[in-house]
Order: sequence, then structure tokens, then C-alpha cells
Amino acid sequence: MANKIRIATTSLAGCFGCHMSFLDLDERLLSLAGQVEFDRSPLTDIEHCGACDIGLIEGGVCNSENVHTLREFRKNCNILVAVGACAINGGLPAMRNHLSLEDCLLEAYRDGIGVENAQIPGDPELPLLLDKVRPIHEIVKIDYFLPGCPPSADVFWTFLTALLEGRDPVLPYELIHYD
Amino acid sequence: MRDTINIDGRNIPFEDGQTIIEAATAAGVYIPHLCHKPGYSPHGSCKLCTVNVNGRNCSACTFPAASGQTVLNNRRDLTEDRQRLTQMLFVEGNHFCPSCEKSGNCQLQAVAYALHMLDNHFPHFYPQREIDASHPEILLERNRCIFCNLCVRASQEKDGKNVFAISGRGINKHLIVNSASGYLKDSDIEIDDQAVHVCPTGAILIKRTGYQIPIGQRIYDHQTISEAALQQECADGE
Repeated sequence: MANKIRIATTSLAGCFGCHMSFLDLDERLLSLAGQVEFDRSPLTDIEHCGACDIGLIEGGVCNSENVHTLREFRKNCNILVAVGACAINGGLPAMRNHLSLEDCLLEAYRDGIGVENAQIPGDPELPLLLDKVRPIHEIVKIDYFLPGCPPSADVFWTFLTALLEGRDPVLPYELIHYD
Repeated sequence: MRDTINIDGRNIPFEDGQTIIEAATAAGVYIPHLCHKPGYSPHGSCKLCTVNVNGRNCSACTFPAASGQTVLNNRRDLTEDRQRLTQMLFVEGNHFCPSCEKSGNCQLQAVAYALHMLDNHFPHFYPQREIDASHPEILLERNRCIFCNLCVRASQEKDGKNVFAISGRGINKHLIVNSASGYLKDSDIEIDDQAVHVCPTGAILIKRTGYQIPIGQRIYDHQTISEAALQQECADGE
């Protein structure tokens, strides 16, 4: 089928809970699959984002790779969407922001209970951690925000069906949750 | 005939000494607010109750009602201003709703829901705030404090004590505790004090009670803060 809407998704500093919630669309996924095609996404294993209509970003930004991925999505997606609490305000990962990065690494890899063969990972292939976890609107322009931890399947459905029908998405009160 | 003010085209009676928000509440008109609470002296700090009175914006919780006032309340531009103010409150603290016991019962969150706030708009400060878990029954979680001063007023005006105060300026502003050590455990606060129960956010919590009502069944999960506030505050006023 020609002219399907192309959607890319990714999880940055997230837990994939928003992606799991997206899959809670259940049988509605079949109806969605008739109208959309997935580009880069954990659902397709495509590595890089091509030209897309909609990009769904889960998670905040905690390392250099997150920044590159986010910029790749912004460059290729007409509409970029912050999905879930972590994308919107940093969420749970941002609770490390009141500690220094050094203290976090020492606690996790050297001083923490049960650590054996203590060493801080330093492989050059590992992305560098940022000193603070940041919400994605502080890095690139975001067009829509879907709050929730995670946003419910109904939030995804309400939002995507509105966009697919050319309407401006409006979430009713019952669908606006930060928890 | 009683004196009236006009709010959004509706004539509303008021009594001498009433503020605009008091007259509005008595007439069943909701004006968003966080630092205002019926029966407490006005503080005027959160500015969410900003209304337009005869062409000027002012705080409905401090401005006295006076005959002939034309008040604009439920207007798109004021809603946008209130949403920005709420976003400032969110980025100036550390408000992580998914890990907060107060979620669903939180007035800050509920005001944000009612204003249709979907994002925080501004860059986050992630300020450094201390938690005081010293008291056996009461938790002081300063990350969630919005400096509404309600606990300060409750302690002084209702409890006849002086447990709390606000100290510092700007991003370093914080709630302090009146005890030799600075910790809550050494203050004269007690679990039945109004100051313990008045917090609109999750900054002052009673320990081991946070999840007695499950998420999803809480006050603002299915009811807007305007509905809940008018029910509660009209009942309080009777």
C-alpha cells in the first residue's frame, strides 16, 4: 500500500515501558498497521531513521548517544513527540541529578554493596554520560507531549488517530496523567 | 440589595471584607489557586489566582471585592498565564510524579491537569534540596515544596506553634524547621497538627500511609480540581 504514514520510535534514557504501553493497543495495532509503517524502532530493528512523518521519543537524554539519536530523529521526522514522563522532565533517571556523576559511578561500580572486581567502565565504544539527565525539549524542538508513566494505550490511540485523520490531537482530562 | 462584582459576565454578591476569591467561591465560581485556602490569611505567592480586575491583573486571593468591579477569570489568556506559572513551579522544584506518594491527591498536579499542561516548557533547574526523614511519623520532602507558606501559616495560625518558615532567596529558597538541630524530630510538631495535613503537594507526608488508596482511585484521577475544590470549600464556608 502506497503512502502509508511512516513512524519511527526509540527509547533513550527510558525503560521501554512506554513502548510496552504502545503494544497494549492490542488488536488496535492491526487497524494501525493498515495505515502506518514503522521505520527505525525497537519493533523493526532498523538502525537509522529515514524520512518519517512521526517520531515517538521515549526517555530523557543521559549520554552522548542519546543526543545524536535525538538529533537524527529531529532531522528526519516532520512531527516529533515526547512520550512519557522521562522524555518530558527526565523522570526517574533524572533523580541522579542531585548527585555528582563521579559519585554515581563510584557507588555503582566501586563502592556499592556486592561489587566485585571493581572498575568503572571505560571502553571507548561506550557513550559518554552527561553530567545531568535532561528532558528532550531542552535539546531539540518538540511538537507534541504525551505525559504519563507510561502514557496509556488510549493516549497513543487518541493521539495517533487524531493525527492520521488530520485533526489536532486533544487529550481529554481522564487521559492526562503524570503518573 | 447587596453589592455585587461581575465575574465573566455574572453578577456575584459579596460581603464587606471578602476577597474576590472568597466571593467567587461562595457563589460556586472556581478560580485556580494553590497558596490560598479558606480560613487562612491570604499569602498571594503562587499567583495562579491571577484575574483581571477593571483592566489590571491582580491576585484574587488578596484583592478585596468592591462594588462595580469587572473581573475576568475564565479567559484563554489568563489560562495561558496560569499554565506558564505552573510550569515554573514544576521546573523550580523536583517534581517526579511517578515516584511520589501524593500523586493523584496532589493539588499542584491537579491544577496542571486542569490547565491542560502537557509539558514543563522551561529548562529544568534540578535544584539541590534536603530531605528530612528524621521524624518517626512525618516526612519532609523539600524537593516537592512550592513555597505556598500554608504549613507556615497553619503552624502559626491554627496550631499555635511556629514550626516552619521559608528561608533563602531565589533557587536557594527552602523550608526550614524551628528546632535546635533544624530537624523535624526535634521540633514540637505533632501528627494531628494542621501543618502536617495542609500541604498541597507531597512535601509534607505522613509516613506509612501513602499507598492506602491506590493510584487510579485518588481525588483527581477522575475529578477536576475545580469540582473537588468547590465541593470542599463551599462545605467549609457553610
